[in-house]
Amino acid sequence: MATAAITTEREHYLNKEYGIRSWLLTTDHKRIALLYLISITFFFFIGGFFALLIRLELLTPAGDLVQADTYNKLFTMHGMVMIFFFLIPSIPAVLGNFLVPMMIGAKDLAFPRINLLSWYLYIIAGIMMLHCMVTGGVDTGWTFYTPFSTAFTNTKVIEAGLSVFVAGFSSILTGLNFVVTIHRMRAPGMTWSRLPLFIWAHYATSIIQLLGTPVLAVTLVLVVCERVLGLGIFDPNRGGDPLLFQHLFWFYSHPAVYIMILPSMGVVAEIVPCFSRKRIFGYQAVALSSIAIAVFGFLVWAHHMFVAGISLYSAMIFSILSYLVAVPSAIKVFNWTATMYKGSVTFSTPMLYAFGFIGLFTMGGLTGLFLACLGIDVHVTDTYFVVAHFHYIMVGGAVMGYLGGMHFWWPKISGRLYPEWLGKFAALIVFLGFNLTFFPQFILGYLGMPRRYWQYPAEFQVLNVMSTAGSTILAVGYVLPMVYFLWSMRYGKIADENPWGAAGLEWKTASPPPTFNFEETPEVTWEAYNYDQIPAPAEVLIER
Amino acid sequence: MSDSPIAVEHGPELRHHFASVEQQRDAASLGMWLFLATEIMFFGGMFCAYLIYRMWYFNEFAAGSRSLNLKWGTINTIVLICSSLTVALGVRAAQMGKRKLLVILLILTIVFGLAFLGIKGIEWHEKYEHHHIPGASFDATALEKPPYSNGGIDPSHEQIYFSLYFAMTGLHALHMIIGVGIFAFLLFHAWKGRYTPQYNTPIEIGGLYWHFVDIVWIYLFPLLYLIDRKPLG
Repeated sequence: MATAAITTEREHYLNKEYGIRSWLLTTDHKRIALLYLISITFFFFIGGFFALLIRLELLTPAGDLVQADTYNKLFTMHGMVMIFFFLIPSIPAVLGNFLVPMMIGAKDLAFPRINLLSWYLYIIAGIMMLHCMVTGGVDTGWTFYTPFSTAFTNTKVIEAGLSVFVAGFSSILTGLNFVVTIHRMRAPGMTWSRLPLFIWAHYATSIIQLLGTPVLAVTLVLVVCERVLGLGIFDPNRGGDPLLFQHLFWFYSHPAVYIMILPSMGVVAEIVPCFSRKRIFGYQAVALSSIAIAVFGFLVWAHHMFVAGISLYSAMIFSILSYLVAVPSAIKVFNWTATMYKGSVTFSTPMLYAFGFIGLFTMGGLTGLFLACLGIDVHVTDTYFVVAHFHYIMVGGAVMGYLGGMHFWWPKISGRLYPEWLGKFAALIVFLGFNLTFFPQFILGYLGMPRRYWQYPAEFQVLNVMSTAGSTILAVGYVLPMVYFLWSMRYGKIADENPWGAAGLEWKTASPPPTFNFEETPEVTWEAYNYDQIPAPAEVLIER
Repeated sequence: MSDSPIAVEHGPELRHHFASVEQQRDAASLGMWLFLATEIMFFGGMFCAYLIYRMWYFNEFAAGSRSLNLKWGTINTIVLICSSLTVALGVRAAQMGKRKLLVILLILTIVFGLAFLGIKGIEWHEKYEHHHIPGASFDATALEKPPYSNGGIDPSHEQIYFSLYFAMTGLHALHMIIGVGIFAFLLFHAWKGRYTPQYNTPIEIGGLYWHFVDIVWIYLFPLLYLIDRKPLG
């Protein structure tokens, strides 16, 4: 009887082949997405480990857990790992890899082998970064500022720089694959105006990856050359200009923020209509605002340099341009909110994360306006206000979106449902832990506590204790989903092909999908988010 | 996926996830164009640095530029333009299914590419002998000073010119080496007769890459060799 059961089991991408080779040599975008999922989760917890050590050190005003040198390495490694090995690849390489072909009705990405190559580049870069970590680490901050990084520090700048260089190529290849796939692989009837907003967001993200990352790469090449060969391009002692480094670095690294946040916005734009049972409000505006963010994002980089010695005139121009980014961002927030208006809203786990995203991203975005304002920026530069601001965007925004997306598409990825009550509980823990960790940092920064120091005056201790307490709660919130996702792979309820009653082609194929995604290439005859034509599943309507 | 039944029907060059050969060709071509866009940004960082320092340290840049070997530089430019011609003719030969002509043109391209690298090596060696490589043994005393400069030549600013010279020509040479590798690969398959009037995308996109590397040199040559070369006096 057992053999009969096995032979009748439907074939899908997970059980088509077994064995280590079938994974390490796969060109299936869904399997590569899972390879990425495992690797970025690994690096997320490494980066989180550094974060917890930082918070532990800052529990008391004195530098007692670690000394200044170690502390410098801790925040550097935390930043490098979290940015280059978690946030940049997170949604594009996991959910994007899994969903982009499926959402447009394609069998795979345009270049499956390049997709696998991008994962291997990521792994090579990751191994270099781990090796760099265990053999001494780097203390330049994730920004590699010259001339400290090229002429003064004696830590492993070269290895870290090359590691980020390689990781950058992994990111470029993912972006290139997405752009070609979205242009050339859409199913019949899948016009640009019918594309899911997740696809629009990934399209914009990919453009930034393509045009921004090479500039970082060449900058790091020059830094490494300067350190190894003694060139003087960025070192003022040798006639070079450190400001040039900052311009080149931020030309990538500011748009990189949009590489992190745009995919999350795409996720939220999928979740909100589904759990409001309504077509997205202002489809075109939301789609084009993604492109607008990508374009404006390239024009604002010098707002990281207001106190670095750029001219007041250029600072004013960059300040005005920075305000502009708020317009498309606000368009998105207003349209998501308007989608919920008179919708039939259910508070399922993905929706809780989407709510969290909208609220926290709004706070992060509005404090970004404070920082775009020259007068205030001079006051709070290099304080915890900046730290709190970008964590509201990157953790409150990007990570919330990532977790929301993981919950939303987990039934599609694994074919199983996670326990809903645990999901809601974890979402709540993450939200509370996050705010307790980072809101006090706004106040700390406003009061003048500088970032990147291992000690601080005693009057800041209460707020720092709150922040550290929050970070442990946040850690619990992040471990929980990993535990119940793993649990659900074996014990979770079997998911049917569309457990949420969601629109989108990915929900029209089985869960988990077959290797080529669809039994036959679908033909699209309907508009995106046609929720007026899709009945809500009974389970979702009933509050669990 | 050689075991996919669809691939067998359409010939081996159509990969399983494409609906048609045209779609596959369009995707490959767009992919190469996008890659070239990333390459423009990659070189762009160095061109940006070049622009700034050329404005700041013009005398040193002019002096450095005059020390380059104009004869070899010009010959190399001609060599590269010829190689682009053989590539363009090669694409045409592949489209018309002339296997023998394609093989000859690919060999010529590789020869031109290697000649370029050889000449570049001669030039770099010359710089090495004159102590023009940035670092501890750098020596700018023998450089010809532009007649209108009233100050001397600042050796550290001169080193920036040569830093950029070596970084930019080095990066370009690296792309040439990769290009020669790609064309050796194409030659191997052309030899085996894999490219037909129906399927010649690799030749086409390999050619795109080659032309791009060529164009980069067309910019590098005047920017590095021809700063203030007008006759003295």
